[in-house]
Parts: sequence; structure tokens; C-alpha cells
Amino acid sequence: MSQMTVKKALLSPIFDNNPIMFQVLGICSALAVTSKLETVFAMSAALMFVTTFSNIGISAIRNLIPSSIRIIVQMVIIASLVIVVDQILKAYMPAISKQLSVFVGLIITNCIVMGRAEAFAMSNPVGLSAADGLGNTLGYSLLLLVVGVIRELTGSGKLFGFNILTPITEGGWYQTNGLMILPPSAFFIIGFLIWGLRTWKTEQQEHD
Amino acid sequence: MSKESPKKVIMVAVVTCLVCSVLVASATVALRPAQERNKALETKKNILQAAGIYTEGMDIDKAFTQVEPRLVDLESGTFSDGDPSRFNAIKASKDSSTNYQIPANLDIAKIRQRAKQALIYLVKKDDQIETVILPIYGKGLWSTLYGFVALAADGNQVKGLTFYEHGETPGLGGEVDNPRWKAQWPGKAIFDGKGNLAVKVDKGTVSPDSPMAVHHVDGLGGATLTTRGVNNLIRYWMGDNGYGPLLKSFKKQGA
Repeated sequence: MSQMTVKKALLSPIFDNNPIMFQVLGICSALAVTSKLETVFAMSAALMFVTTFSNIGISAIRNLIPSSIRIIVQMVIIASLVIVVDQILKAYMPAISKQLSVFVGLIITNCIVMGRAEAFAMSNPVGLSAADGLGNTLGYSLLLLVVGVIRELTGSGKLFGFNILTPITEGGWYQTNGLMILPPSAFFIIGFLIWGLRTWKTEQQEHD
Repeated sequence: MSKESPKKVIMVAVVTCLVCSVLVASATVALRPAQERNKALETKKNILQAAGIYTEGMDIDKAFTQVEPRLVDLESGTFSDGDPSRFNAIKASKDSSTNYQIPANLDIAKIRQRAKQALIYLVKKDDQIETVILPIYGKGLWSTLYGFVALAADGNQVKGLTFYEHGETPGLGGEVDNPRWKAQWPGKAIFDGKGNLAVKVDKGTVSPDSPMAVHHVDGLGGATLTTRGVNNLIRYWMGDNGYGPLLKSFKKQGA
């Protein structure tokens, strides 16, 4: 990797190196939590917190971690942060915590967190690692946001729980698209988004 | 000492674990009071919602002062002593000294066992019982649905129904949370004129002219199995094996 700057670490994961669209990581949670914008925001904030701080923590002790147990050390740090986030959500945002249910706990297995810890934080200084963690989760959040807007609007006719296209079941005219509420729809949407992005930024296309 | 020596490996492992466990433990301990408060508030909110007293943004604790928790013995249908605040229906249903195995042919709600006692809530006005709120639960399609049904003091007329926990398909079975579906419940009668269990959640739409319209609630479109589950659980709990004896005693008191 050539000259890495804080700005580059922060911004490149948003379009050029988006964790979901280019690295194709973190898909599982992107499918699960994007049926409503409210949960998208909570999930994004939780992941942002965990990835940024795990990157900071791991980067700070990167020279002390013996390589034979480095994955375990990373996991312990990530898992602890996830539990802290889960507890905070339960204490202050019980409604959202209920909707996210197991997916907060599953941040532990979100490939983005582990991927950034192993690929970046282990070999870069604290400041850069923090920017990298934040940048990657910003890229993740942006994509989740787009998918969330599409799914909530077409699936329930709402945005943030407010009626935009009033559904028939509530006396309006909009026939909600049940497929969009179910997780597989996110697969199609993400697929189309990856297609769009790679058409725009042709250097992301994979050649064999 | 090299970074890879066994001593160093063990040291790093121990220190990391210690630091992390302190972090996790202190977060859990520090946040527990807030979490427990939320949980209690959530239950109270659901009870008030079922009773139709809840409005967005109200002071839940204050509104709850008119609600009186009571323990009842389900088989005899009488109030029993004991501290309602220490009763946990789920725990009691698993403990062989406090539970009751439901005979398989009566177990339409598919819960297998239940506590002998139940924690119910009475809303009183001027010492007169106005609303009775009963916890109900049973299997839907994917999950167990937990909720409350609120009845008038005659033990017959429904005042409201709400589920506070379930894992049904969003948009299909999950529509049990839809206010428009729930709005059908108030005014329905559980029993017919002869005292037979008549309430039913039926597939499709119920014609308002039908003589049974006062007992029937429309099913959920596209969610046949959740509809069946809701029907079964409400019929179980309102039936003789559930709150039947209690409801009869309310009726006798002739409100």
C-alpha cells in the first residue's frame, strides 16, 4: 500500500473500496436489518462504534500481540465491545434493541470488523486505524441506508415509520410489496447496486 | 524476551482477558438498573395498551397507579395470596411444583404446560373493577406469541388485545401488531348468550350481518398459520382449561 493518509483511510472505503460492494463483506447483517430505516441507523451506529474502537484497541497493542494468538486477541476485544454496545442499547433504546435482537450480538461475526482488524489495524498506527474503521463503517452505513430506503418505501410505503405511500391496509392506495420486507430482496438490491457501482468505476471489475 | 515466547503469549492472553472482562462486567453492572426499569416500563405499557388506556407520551408510572396486580388460581378461578411482584409465569410454568401439565387433547395453544397461577391486572375506578387484563400466550407459525387481552368486568366483552412479543413474519403474521387489526377486538364478546365459548379468529373477512359477527375477528391476510395460532391461543386461555373458571366468577358477580 502506498502513502496512507488519514483522509484516504477515511474516504476510500466509501466508494472506491466499499466493504459491502467491493470487498463483499458484512452481507448477512445488511440483509437482516434493512427492512426499516430505524434499525439501519441503530445497526450502523453500533457497527461504527465497535469497528472504530476495536481498530483503535488492536492498533494500540499491535506490537505486543504475539502472532500465534492474534486472532483470539482480536476476537476478545471485538466481542467485549459488542457486549458493551448491546448493553447500552438495551438500557437506553429498548425498542430498537428488541428489533435488532440477535443481530447486535452477531456483530462479533461481522466480517468487516474482523477484516479491518486483521488487514489494517495490525499493521498501522492508531490514528490511521481509527480513520479506517470509521471509513469502512461509513461505507457500510451508506449502503445500508440506500437499501433501507428502497426496502422500507416499497415494502411498507413508509420512511422512518411515517407513511409516504399510504398502504391499502391503512386506507391508502399503495399495494405494499411483501417481497421487499423479506431479507432476500436485499440480495437483489445489493446486486444491482454492485452492478451500478462497477459500471461507474470500471476499475472495480474483477478480471480473471 | 521475544514476542513469540510462551511466557509472553500467556501474559498477553491473561492481560487482554482481564481488561476485557472488567470492561464488560462494569458495563453490565452499571447499566442494569436502566435496563430493568425499561423492562418494567415496557410491561406496564403493554398492559395499559391492552386496556386501551395508553396514549403516546403519557406518564406510564402515574397511569399504572390505577392498575392492581393480583394472583389468581386458574383451576378454581379464585384470587390467591402471594406477592404478585415476585411471580414469574414463565418460570412457574417450568417448575414442577408450580406448574400444570396440559392434557395433549386440550393443549390447542401448544404450550404443553402452564403455571397453576396467573398474574392478572385489575383496573379499578371507585373500588369497582372496570377492566380485567389477562396475560395470554401460545404458538403461532414460527414463534410463541405473548400478549394481553383486556376484558370488561363482566368477563365477556373484549376491551383490547395486544401482543408484546412474537417472531412472526413481518408484514404477514407480524400484522398482529397492526393497529387496524387490533382495532377489531374492542366490543367483541367471548361467550355467546348461553355461556359457550364463541370467540374466533376466522380466515377471511367476517360479514357484519352475520349473527356471529360479534364473536368473530378477521384473520390476517396471507398468514393462515399465525391466524390459526392466535385463534387457538385465545380460545385456550378463554376456555375452561384457562381463565374460564375466573371469567365465570366475574359473570356471576353480575356486573
